[in-house]
Amino acid sequence: MTNPAAAAAETHADEGVREYLAFTLGREEYGIDILRVQEIRGYESVTRIANTPDFIKGVMNLRGTIVPVVDMRLKFRLGEPTYDQFTVVIVLNIGGRVMGMVVDSVSDVTTLTPGQVHVAPEVGTALDNQYLIGLGTLGERMLILVDIDKLMNSTDMGLIEGIAA
Amino acid sequence: MTIDMSQFYQVFFDEADELLAEKERLLLVLDVSAPDPEELNAIFRTAHSIKGGAATFGFTDITDVTHILETLLDRIRKGEMALTGEHVDAFLAAKDVLDMLMAGHRHGSTVDRDAAVAVCQRLQALADGSSGTSPEAVVAPVAPTSAPAADAGPVADADGNFRFRVELPQVPERDVEALATELALLGSVSRETLADQRTAFTLVTSEGRDNIVAICAFVLDPDALKITAANPASAPAEAVGSAAPVEPVPVVAVPAPVASDPAADAAPASGENRNWGRRATDREPFNAESSSIRVGVEKVDQLINLVGELVITQAMIDQRIGALDPIAHERLLNSASQLARNTRDLQEAVMSIRMMPMDYVFSRFPRMVRDLAGKLGKKVEFVTRGAATELDKGLIERIVDPLNHLVRNSVDHGIEMPEKRRAAGKNEAGTLTLSAAHQGGNIVIEVSDDGGGLNREKILAKARQQDIPVSDTMSDAEVWQLVMAPGFSTAEVVTDVSGRGVGMDVVKRNIGAMGGNVEIRSVPGSGTTISISLPLTLAILDGMSVKVGDEVYILPLGYVVESLQPAPVDVKEIAGQGKLVKVREEYLPLIPLYQIFDIEPAFADPSQGILVILESEGKKAALLVDSLVGQQQVVVKNLESNFRKVAGISGATILGDGGVSLILDVSALLRSSRQLSNDPVFF
Repeated sequence: MTNPAAAAAETHADEGVREYLAFTLGREEYGIDILRVQEIRGYESVTRIANTPDFIKGVMNLRGTIVPVVDMRLKFRLGEPTYDQFTVVIVLNIGGRVMGMVVDSVSDVTTLTPGQVHVAPEVGTALDNQYLIGLGTLGERMLILVDIDKLMNSTDMGLIEGIAA
Repeated sequence: MTIDMSQFYQVFFDEADELLAEKERLLLVLDVSAPDPEELNAIFRTAHSIKGGAATFGFTDITDVTHILETLLDRIRKGEMALTGEHVDAFLAAKDVLDMLMAGHRHGSTVDRDAAVAVCQRLQALADGSSGTSPEAVVAPVAPTSAPAADAGPVADADGNFRFRVELPQVPERDVEALATELALLGSVSRETLADQRTAFTLVTSEGRDNIVAICAFVLDPDALKITAANPASAPAEAVGSAAPVEPVPVVAVPAPVASDPAADAAPASGENRNWGRRATDREPFNAESSSIRVGVEKVDQLINLVGELVITQAMIDQRIGALDPIAHERLLNSASQLARNTRDLQEAVMSIRMMPMDYVFSRFPRMVRDLAGKLGKKVEFVTRGAATELDKGLIERIVDPLNHLVRNSVDHGIEMPEKRRAAGKNEAGTLTLSAAHQGGNIVIEVSDDGGGLNREKILAKARQQDIPVSDTMSDAEVWQLVMAPGFSTAEVVTDVSGRGVGMDVVKRNIGAMGGNVEIRSVPGSGTTISISLPLTLAILDGMSVKVGDEVYILPLGYVVESLQPAPVDVKEIAGQGKLVKVREEYLPLIPLYQIFDIEPAFADPSQGILVILESEGKKAALLVDSLVGQQQVVVKNLESNFRKVAGISGATILGDGGVSLILDVSALLRSSRQLSNDPVFF
């Protein structure tokens, strides 16, 4: 199971085996396609941008690139977030656009076979169903698999042009 | 002691190539009717430098051509001869021949000797032609005793021969005979006896003056010898005179100007050599071919980012060691300060890689405009402004084509024919201006002409004809935008220059692809300005950093007029309209930055904070901030590459401590602070 990369690249169809980065938000555990993750780093001070929703923390300097940072805990209203040396930012690279995502913690990289991914039920996670790939089961653990491309490109996140009218 | 000269050849060739290109450029801009003495001098210098270099390396064919060229140019620049179009053409032809000769030496390619000779003859003919008309030129060569004659230098005839007049001092007849025999080896000699019984030879030879002196030196003191260049035209007369040999009679030797002449020549020549020596050591002798390398932009960007990181790391080290005891850690601190210097230099050097002056683009237009204007029978004066404005190389390369279109359009459609201009009471020659300037987070490049302007009625009619929805109440700006619709052209005649209707929409699309926009301003009868505004992806901006609450913002310095702290009485509140501040008898709207950006300020009271007076597009306003932090050059980073556009912010930059600071969009702030704060936000 060491070479799933090629298969995992584009589609979400249940062919082949994929690797997911697992992270927690509140009490739920989420998984995103590992190929969208550029790096994981600690939370550093960001520059606030006026007149943006509170979950857009601002922009940070990632080796010379200005990168927006969103706090998923605020986006999904998972309690009062704290920022300390344990706060983690997952840096995503989606279609050439780089962005940071603050989560509670990052646990591990998990490999899931198509058989382990189930269709998500129509019931409440913090995330809207349209942004979910499905639910991954791994023994006792259950990962909510997020279609991170779709989520980050959505108008909900307010990260891209052409929203707000 | 043999030095391999060939390693320096490359340097000479490179140098000569540049000089030739420069010469061509200068010739093209030269105004034949009223040549600028500075330009003539510059052209002369290029010829002179090439000659010097060629002589050093023994490329005699190049020296021959440049020599005649130089002689002719020298006379023109001294005003002894009037410049004509014929001269310019001949000079251009000579440039081509020199190119060819250079290539011959450089790559061993075949050289058309006939062409070289033809050019020499052509130049010589021009030089001769004027010597009959210009009084000074005639006087100088035929008066061998006058000093200027020596300065004028020998003039080669059509066969490349020089004519010298050699006046001997008092010498025995036996020596005169011997000399005559020796000189005959150099070329044809005719002999005459002067009135004071001395002997003079007229020598037609391809050898230089130095050889004549060398031969005579066997027999007599060269200092007593007088050699002058004889005018070919006057030579026959002398030849007749020499037919009757007369016994030489001793007289006092005439002091010879020859001695001073080589010295005068030597001075510039040694300067030349010094110059060469320096350049030769400056460059990699064996590798002069690769004076530039092409590198992928990504590599450069990566380099820039890495250096940025390095600078931040260095700043961190600086902060850490700042806490150390300076005496105990003296050497560490010294090293650290050296690191700081090196880092700064490195950053500057790396930054400069991507930046190029707009001149790179502008410099290609003068020839184009000249050619176009000539073709269309118009008179156009071409002016550039802000050529030193630096722009990212990537953008510079992409702006060339759109500008090309716009300049062509302006010459073709904008500027009217001379008669029409005269009828309209304008100067016959239209003015086409290309300018570049930083404006806020943008670079604004403008092509403007003082021609007829756009015709509103014609554009509307044409738009209707093409089924583009229009109304008569459209604003001018909207009408002008129609010009940029695909397939739109109002030119009455489709010329081969422009007018096929594929111009403006391509321009607009190209500029749009670069993230910029095109704006047209036009006044009927007085001209059109097309203004391209491009975002700065990597332009460097002079900024003033200001602090509000905990946030630091950058204000482009170009907008900042002054900063001051107002007296409480100068701040007036207008109910529901915000505040005004009185600055030197002028009431300016007050923009509280903390309100716009929803920040908790240190001072909400204007009289406690600092007001920065900003000016943009003729509008002024006072921006209230907590304090001024300082001035610095910042690298403008695009916020939109990973994020979206933010109202009131034109970009971002990275501060020395690695933090991000936002650059304020001053024009937007000034347009309306109220509207800005009411801008729609999400959801």
